[in-house]
Amino acid sequence: MRRVQTLAGACVLALVVAACGTTSESGGNGDGGGAGGGGGGATTGAGFTPPDVPMKKELGPMEDQINILAWPGYAEDGTNDPTVDWVTPFEKQTGCQANVKYFGTSDEAVNLMKTGEYDVVSASGDASLRLIASGDVAPVNTDLIPNYADVYDFLKDRDWNSVGGQMYGVPHGYGANLLMWRTDVVKPAPQSWEAVFEADSPYAGKITAYDSPIYIADAALYLMNSQPDLGIKNPYALDEKQLAAAVDVLTTQRENISEYWSDYLKEVQAFTTGDSVLGTTWQVIVNVAQDEKVPVDAVLPPEGSTGWSDTWMVAADSQHSNCAYAWLDHIISPKANAAVAEYFGESPANGKACALTVDKGFCDTYHAGDADYAAKLWYWTTPIEQCLDGRTDVQCTDYGRWTQAWTEVKG
Amino acid sequence: MLHRNPRLRLGLLLTPPVLWLGVAYLGALGALFLTSLWGQNSFTGEIERTWTLDNFRTLFTVEVYRTITVRTLLVAGLVTVVDALIAFPIALYMAKVARPWAQRWLVIAVLMPLWASYLVKAYAWRGMLSEEGLVAWVAAPFGLGSPGYGLPATIVTLAYLWLPYMILPIYAGLERLPDSLLEASADLGAGTAHTLRRVVLPMAFPAVVAGSIFTFSLSMGDYIAVRIVGGASQLLGNVVYDNVGAANNLPFAAAVATVPVVVMLAYLAAARRTGALENL
Amino acid sequence: MKGGDAMTLSRTARGLLLGFVVVALVVVYTPLALVVINSFNVNRTFAWPPTGLTLRWWEVALNSGGARGALVVSLEVAALATLFALLLGTMAALALQRYRFFGRHAVSLVIILPIALPGIVTGIALNNAFRTVFGWELGFLTIVVAHATFCIVTVFNNVQARLRRLGGNLEEASMDLGAGTWTTFRLVTFPMLRSALLAGALLSFGLSFDEIIVTTFTAGAQEQTLPIWIFNNLFRPNQAPVVNVIAAVLVVASAIPIYLAQRLSGSTSEGLTGAR
Repeated sequence: MRRVQTLAGACVLALVVAACGTTSESGGNGDGGGAGGGGGGATTGAGFTPPDVPMKKELGPMEDQINILAWPGYAEDGTNDPTVDWVTPFEKQTGCQANVKYFGTSDEAVNLMKTGEYDVVSASGDASLRLIASGDVAPVNTDLIPNYADVYDFLKDRDWNSVGGQMYGVPHGYGANLLMWRTDVVKPAPQSWEAVFEADSPYAGKITAYDSPIYIADAALYLMNSQPDLGIKNPYALDEKQLAAAVDVLTTQRENISEYWSDYLKEVQAFTTGDSVLGTTWQVIVNVAQDEKVPVDAVLPPEGSTGWSDTWMVAADSQHSNCAYAWLDHIISPKANAAVAEYFGESPANGKACALTVDKGFCDTYHAGDADYAAKLWYWTTPIEQCLDGRTDVQCTDYGRWTQAWTEVKG
Repeated sequence: MLHRNPRLRLGLLLTPPVLWLGVAYLGALGALFLTSLWGQNSFTGEIERTWTLDNFRTLFTVEVYRTITVRTLLVAGLVTVVDALIAFPIALYMAKVARPWAQRWLVIAVLMPLWASYLVKAYAWRGMLSEEGLVAWVAAPFGLGSPGYGLPATIVTLAYLWLPYMILPIYAGLERLPDSLLEASADLGAGTAHTLRRVVLPMAFPAVVAGSIFTFSLSMGDYIAVRIVGGASQLLGNVVYDNVGAANNLPFAAAVATVPVVVMLAYLAAARRTGALENL
Repeated sequence: MKGGDAMTLSRTARGLLLGFVVVALVVVYTPLALVVINSFNVNRTFAWPPTGLTLRWWEVALNSGGARGALVVSLEVAALATLFALLLGTMAALALQRYRFFGRHAVSLVIILPIALPGIVTGIALNNAFRTVFGWELGFLTIVVAHATFCIVTVFNNVQARLRRLGGNLEEASMDLGAGTWTTFRLVTFPMLRSALLAGALLSFGLSFDEIIVTTFTAGAQEQTLPIWIFNNLFRPNQAPVVNVIAAVLVVASAIPIYLAQRLSGSTSEGLTGAR
């Protein structure tokens, strides 16, 4: 009898532990986030109510460290390539020891920010609003960031980095997803996204694509040109029918895929060994591969491409907020912004950086400061139920639906 | 006082481990599976504590998850079979044929790869299986190429990674097999094959099952090796990982995670009957 | 209990087995040899065959602060986790082996569970529990706790096997002669268990040292164990060869503790039960 009691007691204890986990779930911002973001937040500036996260009022003394969550290539500290380093100068100048963690997709970034362990994050448009809505990032006091004044105006107060006129970060730069190929294998050089989506590709089994649900937008962009009757106006605003068409395209492509990549250096390796010869890429991957003497080239197809416009954001209750603001100021300073833009292969956010790039024609190549060109790229944005192209007669598919569709595509 | 009260001794001995494992660990599992009954706001990623069976409904109705589950079970099964086939002769040699000094060195030889870091071994296989890798190089004179990345590569790599975990329990089990039994079998006129089939195998079976618990469980939950050599394939572990790490959907990930847990619990229950758990 | 009795298995059988073992060992060590060769490979993306050899990566590895720091963290975590595993595993084994009580099988099942369940399930369960139930910050201690949880079984199995083999007579005799519980344990039981504990500790150490999946979920931003460091650096052009160097060193260095375990555990099979 006593044994049964002890066993029952242990079970009850275990249940209590389980219950405790459930009651203390989702931090204090949960309510605000739920109300603001419950699928109802529109991103087209119609505004949703972000949770009330306090903004930093003034700078104080530097803390001793900062935890940076960055896209690979955004926070280079010399360990990758001794000549590529803009973190060490920052550390020397501010005394903030930088711990950098890389992530492969925006989803990972959002999830890692939720742990509350990082102070700053370089968020693309498909992550930034989710972070704002869930209260994981704080509004940024741009008065405390001297270099902010030099950032291109067309990057300020945009849908993905501000809410109701309040900036939630500083723009980092913007760039496009490109089409890369092995010049010695793929002939003639591909000129259109058709090359990766066609059903009977001569490079079957050697095509690669980005491993994230956001890639569905690339298929949608392809459909915008190849099947205009579908009526897709914005690759992030897809109703069920349009999503199904995009999934079809991707399922066909799946037959030809060697592997999906999210680790950028894994793609470099795949192109080096020839396991992949054609696919979506970032400029930094092309640069690294060419450095390794791999014969590759990349192009932005004329029909346009998806891209990203990244924002450095500060965590909501960052323990190292002074270092965080110092980092924001540093990364958009002309010298650092030039270095990162040139290394990664994207347009800088600070116009003064153009004078400092090693390649004098760099800013022209990347159309820095060209608001019209920037307008042509379909920046990563989180799809939501309210159609981003303004349609009100249908309901669009949201990111959760895209995630499930992506699993189905991969099979 | 301790001396006279066995129950107190038992209680003192048992409380810390049970508290840690029974309450904390089981509680953690319980908390996880509780979240599988909740929903999630896909925009903010916050968990909404509303009771719903949607996660399980999606899991059972959407076809791709069934496909992935079956695929994972098949891969785990194949890896186990391959490992058992390779491990048994090796363990037999080590236990019954090798001299004592050779035994010692063989044990070291089998255990050393375990220390070589799982990741490095997986990446070594990625290099070997690439278009210009070792496997292609070796197969070239025969006119063949490398199998490339995909499910076969995954099975080979996983089998390679878990082989020591299969060898060791079988070796331990065979070592416990008295030589006198083998001698008796030989005296009664049985040839080697017959002895192996009728005497050794049945007695070593629980040890094989014990080893298979590890290979099966490790393969079912693996998501790293698949991403390295699996090409475009995905297994159950990837679905769990993607939903937890990338899609922020802990409730759904927890729902998917119930599948391997249920499978392993069933496997353990079956294994217990064969006496394998004594051989772990 | 040793092999080598020539009369039980035919010559052909023994020859076949030997051949099989040799081939298997060659296949097992080929990837490892590749790792070692690549640590000297001039090419950073490990083209095969290597175009040239260099000692550069070994120099870089020796100076790599990140690798050294991660190695130290891994050693510390493994040592602490093993300590906890030793304590809890021994206690559990003594309880289960020496007493009969309701729920014995349940307890032994729970002990096996952390290792029998896929790592990712344990990982996310513990991550969820640490952060929401206990409200802890992820860091060094959470890694230790997580590792200890699945290391307990290795010690438990070894000690249980040894206790089963020894029987309880010596302890009873000791008690009859008037020694208290603690004295009996200290002077009678513990010396008998020593080698089993050592074998279990070694396995537990190895298990914790190479663990990546559960660690990914229970480590914070600051702490990097060696596997995590390897994970983060395997694809960085200048770091990947360094990883190979580290791996090569680990393989060779691991021969020592394994050899020691062999000598100390006496019977080779006992050093291996509970292996994972």
